Amino acid sequence: MAIQTIEKTAKNLILTVQDYSLFAWRAFTNLYRPPIYWSEFLVQSDIIGFGSLPIVVLSGLSTGGVLALQSSATLAQFGATAITGQFVSLTMIRELGPVLTGVMVSGRNASSMASELGSMVVTEQIDAMRALGVDPLRKLVTPRIFASIAMLFFLTIVADACGIAGGGLVTVFMNHQNGTQYLNMAWEHLRYPDIIQGLVKPLFFGYILSSIGCFYGLRTTGGTQGVGRSTIEAVVWSSVLIIFVDFLLTQVLLTLFPAL
Amino acid sequence: MNEPPASAQPGPGPSGQDIAGPVAAFCNVSIAFDGPPVLTDVSFSIAPGETRVLLGPAGVGKSVLLKLANGLLRPDEGRILLFGEEIARMPEEQLFALRARTGMVFQEGALFDSLSVRDNVAYQLIQERVPNSEIDRRVRDALRFVELEETFDLYPASLSGGMRRRVAIARAFIRQPELLLYDSPTGGLDPVTSTTIIELIVKERDVSHTPSLLVTHRLQDALVLCNHRFDPEQGRMVPFPKGETDPSTTFLMLEEGRLIFDGSLHDLVKSQNPFVREFLE
Ligand SMILES: Nc1ncnc2c1ncn2[C@@H]1O[C@H](COP(=O)(O)OP(=O)(O)OP(=O)(O)O)[C@@H](O)[C@H]1O
Ligand SMILES: [Mg+2]
Repeated sequence: MAIQTIEKTAKNLILTVQDYSLFAWRAFTNLYRPPIYWSEFLVQSDIIGFGSLPIVVLSGLSTGGVLALQSSATLAQFGATAITGQFVSLTMIRELGPVLTGVMVSGRNASSMASELGSMVVTEQIDAMRALGVDPLRKLVTPRIFASIAMLFFLTIVADACGIAGGGLVTVFMNHQNGTQYLNMAWEHLRYPDIIQGLVKPLFFGYILSSIGCFYGLRTTGGTQGVGRSTIEAVVWSSVLIIFVDFLLTQVLLTLFPAL
Repeated sequence: MNEPPASAQPGPGPSGQDIAGPVAAFCNVSIAFDGPPVLTDVSFSIAPGETRVLLGPAGVGKSVLLKLANGLLRPDEGRILLFGEEIARMPEEQLFALRARTGMVFQEGALFDSLSVRDNVAYQLIQERVPNSEIDRRVRDALRFVELEETFDLYPASLSGGMRRRVAIARAFIRQPELLLYDSPTGGLDPVTSTTIIELIVKERDVSHTPSLLVTHRLQDALVLCNHRFDPEQGRMVPFPKGETDPSTTFLMLEEGRLIFDGSLHDLVKSQNPFVREFLE
């Protein structure tokens, strides 16, 4: 009994992974074959990019602030509060900026993609689209994927900038340290490998959150309840996968561009 | 096997090509989801100009059969021909072009609720980049056909069930399809609205002679369809003289996944099959 359940679960998991890989690959390669729906791409970019701006700015500012608070307490023990700037900017740019933005946007947009496409499935709108001769993968999925990749790239830059600014505000107004020194340290110790690392990650995260959101949306079954289930799965799996892929990517990127 | 009779008149498809054989044909089609089979060994065909009415109780697999006809679902076994091409194993990418030549009215309408009525009806034309002025004109024509011109700028959420069904019909008609698939177009509607919709279908049948497959569980609708013709002079449907029926309208009946009847109204009424008799009563 138990073994059968495990076997079934494992089989399901493998099948899901296989379906997802095929799906993600097809959606991605559609960009190189017409028709390409540019207007959809712009609409989605607006929803994902500008729509997520407030939460990205807020979470960036607070995270940078927290980093400055926490680090300066520790660094004070060694009399090294001067390197707070370096600490905040490196952490934000290499890790927290991309991951935080990825997780925030996946909470907001992977869920909305899954529920929107899921409702379209259960009301037969997806079937209607196919019956009208339009490929939902091209029309709905591909624009969302590329809009997410492009927008997450820019949102990550915004998050990084806000994080450093937040850290600066805390340093100046709460820790009463020198702001110029903070900014100098934040800037001087940045190297290209750090920036590359920070900017490659969001490309992957954008792909993950949008393809997972659409994947679970399109495989919705079982009415409105099913839409709820798909939404949960999409948010959970995209967030988990973003953190896991971050781990892998960091490994690879550190090998390619050794830090320090 | 179900060899369709060679039709005397050429296919009425707007693209002008004559389809020698049937417009669509099922050969020994079976399908199951997880559970007992939904359709078993179903064979029939739709000749050019023919209207086939598919009868059967709820849950027997009528919608499934309709979705098989344009490749929205894939059969487990058997062959399905659409416009002379085998679609049961055709890759999805190639199917889109074939599907675009059919028109389908879904059971619940399936209008895109994020688009206005105009954009819903024009969906295919917009994809084909038809100029805007022409789209507007053709959408107005289509909406006039279903007598809903005033809904042009509205959204589906603000329409009644019957109006939505008619908009869905306009969307299916707009590109003058070569095969029409209607899924319970009168399901859940009051008798007056049902008659309006049946009248539209009769009009389409007698004006454009588009071959079609129509699902219904209301025998009443099927009889109206058979006993009336569209009179272009009066602009409405009128009953045939007593004893006459439309020769191009024929019937199919499903019971527990099997096709138990395939023939004309005359044969249907005469049928000795106990299930058919029960359905007729
Ligand atoms: N996508 C699907 N997945 C699993 N089972 C399905 C699916 N579609 C249909 N079925 C099953 O197939 C059977 C036939 O369904 P179908 O919708 O074709 O019935 P129907 O004849 O159209 O009924 P109604 O007159 O109520 O519309 C049902 O038992 C249904 O549960
Ligand atoms: Mg049905």
